[in-house]
Formats: sequence, structure tokens, C-alpha cells
Amino acid sequence: MKFADEFRDADLANALAARIAGEAGDKHWKIMEVCGGHTHTIFKYGIEDLLPSNVELVHGPGCPVCVIPMGRLDDGIAVARQPGVIFTCFGDLMRVPGSDGSLLDAKAAGADVRMVYSPLDALKIAHDNPDRKVVFFAIGFETTAPSTALTLMRAKAEGLRNLFVFCNHVTIIPPMKAILDSPDLQLDGFLGPGHVSTVVGIRPFDFVTTTYNKPVVVVGFEPLDILQGVHMIIRQVLEGRCEVENQYRRVVHDDGNPKALEVLARVFKLRSHFEWRGLGFISQSALELQDGFADFDAEKVFSVPGVRVADPKACQCGEVLKGVLKPWECKVFGTACTPETPIGTCMVSSEGACAAYYNFGRYSRARERERVLASGERSNGNGAANGLHPIAVQAR
Amino acid sequence: MSETIVEPGSGAAIRAASARIADPEQRVLERIAEIRKRRPSLREDAITMSHGAGGKASHTLVTALFGDILSNPVLDQLGDQAVMTIPGVDSIGIAMTTDSFVVSPLFFPGGDIGELAVNGTINDLAVGGATPLGLSAAFILEEGLDVAILRKVVESMRRAADRAGVSIVTGDTKVVPRGKADQLFITTTGAGIVALPQRVAIARVRSGDVVVLSGAMGDHGSTVMLARGDVDLEADNLRSDTIALHGLTAALLSAGIDVHFMRDATRGGVATVLNEIAQAAGVAVAIDEASLPIHDEVRGVAEILGIDPLYIANEGKLVAIVARDDAARALELMRSRSEGSEAAIIGEVLEAPEGMVFIRTGFGGTRVVDMLIGDPLPRIC
Amino acid sequence: MCLAIPARLVEYIDDDRMYGKVELGGVQRRINTSLLVGEDTTEPGEYVLVHVGFALSRVSETEAAETLRILEQMGPAYNDEIDQIRQWQAMEDELVGANYRESNGGPPA
Repeated sequence: MKFADEFRDADLANALAARIAGEAGDKHWKIMEVCGGHTHTIFKYGIEDLLPSNVELVHGPGCPVCVIPMGRLDDGIAVARQPGVIFTCFGDLMRVPGSDGSLLDAKAAGADVRMVYSPLDALKIAHDNPDRKVVFFAIGFETTAPSTALTLMRAKAEGLRNLFVFCNHVTIIPPMKAILDSPDLQLDGFLGPGHVSTVVGIRPFDFVTTTYNKPVVVVGFEPLDILQGVHMIIRQVLEGRCEVENQYRRVVHDDGNPKALEVLARVFKLRSHFEWRGLGFISQSALELQDGFADFDAEKVFSVPGVRVADPKACQCGEVLKGVLKPWECKVFGTACTPETPIGTCMVSSEGACAAYYNFGRYSRARERERVLASGERSNGNGAANGLHPIAVQAR
Repeated sequence: MSETIVEPGSGAAIRAASARIADPEQRVLERIAEIRKRRPSLREDAITMSHGAGGKASHTLVTALFGDILSNPVLDQLGDQAVMTIPGVDSIGIAMTTDSFVVSPLFFPGGDIGELAVNGTINDLAVGGATPLGLSAAFILEEGLDVAILRKVVESMRRAADRAGVSIVTGDTKVVPRGKADQLFITTTGAGIVALPQRVAIARVRSGDVVVLSGAMGDHGSTVMLARGDVDLEADNLRSDTIALHGLTAALLSAGIDVHFMRDATRGGVATVLNEIAQAAGVAVAIDEASLPIHDEVRGVAEILGIDPLYIANEGKLVAIVARDDAARALELMRSRSEGSEAAIIGEVLEAPEGMVFIRTGFGGTRVVDMLIGDPLPRIC
Repeated sequence: MCLAIPARLVEYIDDDRMYGKVELGGVQRRINTSLLVGEDTTEPGEYVLVHVGFALSRVSETEAAETLRILEQMGPAYNDEIDQIRQWQAMEDELVGANYRESNGGPPA
């Protein structure tokens, strides 16, 4: 496939990885990627296997499903349960656990919940079902918000009365700033969100270099893009530069897409504040509908509980989202919290760091485990004197 | 040095696994590996669509509910087909399998519900090395179903059965009120005979074996998804791959090829079959990403919707675990037949890590290919 | 950040260029093209980035070629490293099997 396969070339990836290894030297590098799409690619292609062990990729809060606090999901489910409602959402949201089950559970209990692939699908469903109220659970960063905006503009132009949006669009800069302000993390640079940048351009990231002195490279989503981005960060630091660079030039213009920004301004305004899972309330970090589109606002038309629900005690999604904890460091990772029985969003969303690590990242570590086992390396004192005690697994 | 017999997944096993490794990350992974060996338990109060997707939830439902309540030596093996001995007869057994078909829409490019029913049931017998003798077909019809549609489906079943050289020898019909069945559901049972002891058995899978796939994956699931009209996608060349595989399996066995195990990949895709094999045989399966046969249209659908082709349903694909020495012969034989013209060697069986399926991504990267959770819901973000 | 893929714009469906058809691997999809203005103006035959049914921007062939050219420049000097990496990986695979046998007193039953 054009513009994808070329950026997945194995030989080029290996060459780039070798160059990174050479230039990374002995320093321990910590580079954060803020985009769920990057997390996914990194695990899908096993990029961490290629990078030298002293170059660490830290996963940030760029998964728009992961950052939704439980209370907002409960609100969505409450709307879905109301009679006459057709509730539409992207696939990622179906299995996210709310306080009392997920949207999938609500569907099993009788709510009309339908998975869609585009807000335009919700529009079509509204046209096809004039006597039902069709609600679209809008999520996503600036990449996705213009699509919701254009859909609403069309709905308005067509005089559609039965389409509503439950708006949970968020913006990328505030959480980045929150992470930079947090003392927990010492980062060497950022891999910037390539697709958000197609909309907003690269200039919004200037503050990272000027105020916080960290380089940013806006990168694409194929393995070579990410590797090149890592290399460009390392080069910046080694050359004493600190700037915002655009690696994803084939689709990102430095100034973004003015038309997309225009439709955003026409349909949305910034909420004064919004709660983010793990990061608490952040001001001006999320979107809501402008007054001119109030008729389409699900929060105005339906009564939602609006209750702030704390994460389950065991859930450490917040720290994972900030990059403070690695997935496996979460106390319930893989035990009480698995993709099958998720406690938090990081394990449900296919771009959550926990899901990505559990589903994809376990193998290379497992190989290491075998090597450690076989070479006779010992753990710290459990009484076994020599060699290993084989444990015979009881046949079932 | 003493040997301790420890129940997998038990507290003792977990502690023992944890104690061996100093590195905290390794400890966590060890703990997880032990927990994954536990018998799954059913936590939900209500059946959800995930229980029907062929992945983990389905597996849990079958083992923790059906398997638990109905347990008996034959059922417990959870094979594609049940093999029962005939009193007083040593050399042959009766193979039996049953399957339900609820696909929507009823007709799609490359096939229909009737053809799926016939081929799917034959395949479940074929992969055990059984010769199909006859099929039964039970119909649940929704009030209001157009008789012309029913006729079309049954005629398709007749043609599929004739092509396969098998007859539908008995059946049943029920009608339910409008709204209680999505037009038409079909349940088929297949009966056949198989030589004993069975040549193909999960116990014969061993490290060093090679995984051969009879053709391109994901055609059926992609076709049905598009045919449902939920997605605004068109693909002119996409067709279901539904086909009867007993000719292929019989040819492999009668050629004396050392086939250790076979399964047909249906719901949940090739990934699900390989996970089932890895878990049941206590081996690891390594897939070579570059060698996976996938048609361009399936790749396109998968990319656009964000789904992994390894999890998309098939209806005419054989996964054969073959002794390494016979892999080339197996491949050649498959490719010489129309059902296997795009066959490929897609991976190998390793000793460890036990129960894991992983894929080599072609630049030295690897990733785990776990069992499907629920439906292969596509990503947007 | 989100799943967006490059696909070929086959044609526009309406005169205002609000909607178009894209193609990827033989699969066609109807998408909204109203964001393809200014620097992102696209002619049929060129490629666009598609996300949730909308074209977000035009994929520039020249920029893509330039990015690849830079990547390819990294190639020649590091062939030895690539060979070493491959050899190491092959050894690792061997080692996993051997080590398992050793530590478990044989292959799995």
C-alpha cells in the first residue's frame, strides 16, 4: 500500500536502529510519545525490541478513550439507556467499564447501542430513524473534532432535529503542559502527535521548547517515522538544539489545516475546565458545542447524572497515563486487570499502554525470562541452593 | 533435588514463579503467565455479543459453563469433532459434530447461509481425519420469511452437498413468531467415520513442527461485514471463501504426509486457532508476518477499519500442523488443489514460551498475538 | 494520534467537491472531502489522509519521497550492523529452545 509500505521497510528500520544505537551512547534517554496511535505502532511492530535498552519510550496521555473519567462514561451509558435513544459510538468505547457495566453490557440489557465508524454514520442513522433520538458519543483530540464539527454543520443545514452529540473532545496541549509541570518525569524530548498536527500545525508545540527546553519532533505513524523521530530528538540534544521539527512533512503543514480550524471555531468552544482521568481537572482542555448548536447538545437535551466518580481504588491508570508508571508496575496489571476483565481504560482501549503491553509486548520479555532461567541466574534468596527446581505441571 | 507437583495458576505456583526471578518486570510477567493457566470462570450475568465472537469470552462460556455442567471424557477434549467408540469395534470410531449458522445477511458474495452450513460442518469432521457420511439440518424459521428465500437457501445447500459428495439425510423445522429469529437460523450435525487410533491429535503437536495455512485469510469476515452495509465500503473482488475441505484433508492423509493436527479457522480467525493449539498442546507458535497470505482487498478493509486480519473470520481455510520434514510436500500438495492454491507456510511450533502465540514482524521485532477478546472491534484512534 | 490512513482519491462525487471516493487495496469508500482546500487541494489520482470518514489532508508525494531519501541515506554505512543484529536474533531463537530444554529436563510432554 502506497505511503505505508515504504515506511515499514525492515532494512531501513534496522539501519536506523543501528544508527540510533551508535549515537545514543551511554546516556539513558527518555522520550515521550503523546499519541495513542504511536503507542499502538510501537507495540505492533515491536519497535522497543529494535531500540537499544538505554533509549526508553514513555507512553503519554494521548489515547482519547483512556483519559475519559468514569463519571463521563456513566453519563453516556445513562443516555443510552433512555427510551427511544439510538446510541452510537466508536468501537473503542464499547467495552470501557463504567461504574455499573459497559456500553456493551447496556446493549445486552436492551439499550440500542450501535458501533459506527464515522459521525456521518450517526447522521445517516438519524435520517433513517426520524422518530428516534440518535446520540453520538464524540471522542478524540483535534484530529477527530473537525469531523464531528462538519457533521453537525451538515445536520444543521439539513434541518435535522433528531441528532445529538455527547461531546468529549479534548485538546492535546493542556495535558502535555500538565505532564511537563509534573516533577515526576524527567524527559529528553517528545514525539509529537502527527495527526493532531495535520489540523493544528506544529506551532502550538513551541511552548515546549521555549518554556520547558525540551525538543519536539512531530512524527508519523509508521515504524520508520517513529524511529526517525527518535533519531531526530537524539540529534537535537547532541547538537545542542531545542526546536520543534516536522518529520511528518508528507501530511503535516507547519500551519495545519486552516479550514479544519475554522470549522472547529464555528461549532465548538473551550470548556472552562474538564476532568481527565489521572490528571484531574485541567482548564481549557476540552470542547463543548457553541450556543448556535445547543439543539444538538446531548448534555442539554438529556438529563445526565453528571456525578464525578473516582477511579476504583485499585486503578492506577492515572499514573500510567502520565508515564510515571509502566503498565507492568501497576499493582493490578495482568492479575485483576486484564483485557478480558479490565478495571481501567488503559487496558480496554487498543491504544492504551496497558492493553498494548499486555497484548503485544509480553513476548520479548518472555524470551529474556527463559534466558535468565536457563543461565541459572538466581533470585534473591528463596532457599534453593543449586540450580533450578523444575516444577512439573499437573496434566488436566 | 525434589520435584514439586503444583497446580498451575494456584497461589503456590504464582509464588514459586515470582521467587525465581529478581527483576520485578520478569516477576510480574511470570505471575501473569501462571494466572493465565487458570481455568477461566464466567463472570457475566448476561450473555453479550462477545460470547459469540469466537474469542476469549466464547472460550470461557464453553469451558466454564457448558464444559463444566456437561463434562464427560469425550466432551472434555473440546475437539472440532467428537469421536466415539463403537462397542466391540477397535479400528473405527464415529465422528460427530454440530454447528449453528446465524449469519446476516443470508446471502453475500461467494455464498450464503446454506452453503456455510454444509461446508462448515463437513470441515469440522474433515479436520479430524473423518470421512463424512451424512448431515442433518434443523431450521428455525421466522414468521413472515419469504418462501422464495428459503427455497434459495435450501437449493444452495443441495448444491454444496452434491459438490462435497455428502447428503443431508434428516432434518427438522420450527417456526417462531416474527421478531424471534433473524429470518432464518440453521443448525447442522455431521456424522462420519474415522480410523482409530486417530492419526491427527493435539498430543502429536511438537516443537519443530511447521504451520501450514491453506490460503488467504480474512475473506469471509470482510465480505460479510461489507455485505451487512454497516460500513460505507465497496470491494468488487471480495468473496467469502466458503468451501468443503474434506477432499484436501483426505488427500494429505492418504499421501502419507505426517500431519500432526488440523483445524479449520472460522470465527476469531487464524489467531484464535493457533492460540487454542498453543494452549492445548502446551507449546508456543511463532508466526512469520511476511509469509501470511492476505488478499489486497482484505488488507484494505483491515487497514481502513483498523482490524488485524489474523482475527477476521474464515470459512474455508485449513490450519495444518505438519512434521517439519514433510512441510514442503504438504505445501506442494495443497497448492496442487484449488482449495489450497494459495497455501503458505506461515510459522512454526516452538517449545516456549508455553501457550503463547507471537509474530515476528520482519524487522526483528516481535509481538504477542493473544486470543481475541470479544469482537474484533476496529479502532478509530 | 488517531487511525488515519493514506488512500488514493478516485474521484469527487459532487461538483462542490464535498464528497469523494477513495480506494485502498481495491476497496472503495465514500468520504467527506470538504477539508481539502488550500495547500490540501487534491486532484483525483493523488492521495489523501482519511480519518473516520473524512479526508484531513493531502499526502504530498514529493515530501514522502524526500523523507524516504533521507531514511535511505542511513543505509549503506550500517549494513554490517544489520548483519550482526540478524545473527544475534538467530542465536537468540536457538538459545530459547535450548535453554528451555535444559531448565525443564526435556521438551514439553
